[in-house]
Amino acid sequence: MERAAQNKTAFDPLKLREDFPILRRKVHGKPLVYLDNAATTQKPNAVIDALRNYYETHNANIHRGVHTLSYESTLLYEEAHEKVARFIGAPDWRSVVFTRNATESINLVAYAWAFGNLKKDDEVLITLMEHHSNIVPWQMLRDRIGIRLNYVRVGRGGELDLEGLQGLITERTKLVSVVHASNVLGTINPVKRITDAAHKAGALVLVDAAQSVPHLPVDVTDIGCDFLAASGHKMMGPTGTGFLYGKAELLESMEPFLYGGDMIEKVTMERSTWNELPWKFEAGTPDIGGAIALGAAVDYLTALGPENAAAYEGELLDHALDRLSGHEWIKIYGHGGGERLGVISFNVEGVHPHDVAGVLDEEGIAVRSGHHCAQPLMAALGMDYAVRMSFYVYNTKEEIDLAVEAIKKAKRLFG
Amino acid sequence: MEPDQYEYILDHYKNPRNYGKIEGADASYEEGIPSCGDVVRIDVKLNDRVIEDLKYSGTGCAISQASVSILTESVMGKSVGEILSMKDEDMLSALGKPISPVRFKCALLGVKVLKKALLAKSAA
Repeated sequence: MERAAQNKTAFDPLKLREDFPILRRKVHGKPLVYLDNAATTQKPNAVIDALRNYYETHNANIHRGVHTLSYESTLLYEEAHEKVARFIGAPDWRSVVFTRNATESINLVAYAWAFGNLKKDDEVLITLMEHHSNIVPWQMLRDRIGIRLNYVRVGRGGELDLEGLQGLITERTKLVSVVHASNVLGTINPVKRITDAAHKAGALVLVDAAQSVPHLPVDVTDIGCDFLAASGHKMMGPTGTGFLYGKAELLESMEPFLYGGDMIEKVTMERSTWNELPWKFEAGTPDIGGAIALGAAVDYLTALGPENAAAYEGELLDHALDRLSGHEWIKIYGHGGGERLGVISFNVEGVHPHDVAGVLDEEGIAVRSGHHCAQPLMAALGMDYAVRMSFYVYNTKEEIDLAVEAIKKAKRLFG
Repeated sequence: MEPDQYEYILDHYKNPRNYGKIEGADASYEEGIPSCGDVVRIDVKLNDRVIEDLKYSGTGCAISQASVSILTESVMGKSVGEILSMKDEDMLSALGKPISPVRFKCALLGVKVLKKALLAKSAA
């Protein structure tokens, strides 16, 4: 995460907030302070308008029919793939498959690649930092076909044990599936280095980029990974949108994921042949409007500049850490140094995280409390449950100050 | 919400009533909410389908734990039938403070566990 050389933010956050209608609403009579961006992000007018415009102007099914609306829908839908491909540095838009979310993208790899290519005793290496979405599919494969599942450890400071990782890559390792940025700690992992190490051993690499793509520049060609999964709704796009990038030759060699309409080339009573990429992996009518609106989100993020977003969110993170670190009764997890996203998990001594989040909610402040869908990581760091604040470009330092005041109130009440 | 509205809940949270376990209880049940880690166990001693004694144990947020504590005080001497016909609103209105809908499942965990304990007993 390169911070901008100058201190001045490249965009005006107050002006930018005007693009997000939901930020004008009140919760319990207080202005909404939305600090749950690692769960999902709010949507700018550009995205909401794109969705509305699609249904008001172009709505028709894609890839069939010669009528004008179908032609327009198809063009817009394909163009959304091109936008996403450009945004993540993919050389060919046909290697971007649209899914419902990052979870579905990872399941696609598990079912369509791993099931056919892995056998008993082959190893899949993941890390303790994974979201459940990058753990549970591999446990399923372990139980069904007998692969081995190994975990790279995480240190108390929130860093991956990279030496341990090196030692866990063996000639049996067929896939290293690693999260780019932790949804709990904000840790940004060196995925390029990990990819190099995995490739030297002949293993493929899947990067779970659900948290990184929305917040920092990500380039699949630079990383060199074989697959990359992300969610559209965490990057200002509509819920129900996500994508998988895969190297074209790999995707070509794989069996389909879901079977049915639109993913076929030819169907006879006996057999079928598969459509070309990416349609081979997009069976049935997809979320066309959602995809087009995701394209609008990518346009918005591109105009903003991922490096500018990263720099500003870095400022917010520094500010929040500064305000929180002065209190010995606030325990922050895994911020031992190194690159971090604007994500902070913490606990207030003597107060259940649910009660902290409850008091914040009464002040109109949205934070997450719970296990953050990363129970193995939480257990390793000695917290079963925690409160999490996560920032995005429309947040301000003033909002963080309000959150810190509400945290003090929770401590006063329940501590 | 003003701090004083929390007083009743905080009192029960910090000084739980009827906390503990009953050896040889007539009915027992334990259940948690996996997403937030709240756990409540209730042991009941019955006398002719009337609650003679009841103790709870558990961990979790203030709302979940205080709600059970408040519940235990109100159900002593009540019949199984009365407990099973209790409505969610009865529990929510006993808390002394309006609870946000997102916390309903915390506040209602105790009643749910008590009803399940009694239903399991009836089925046995």
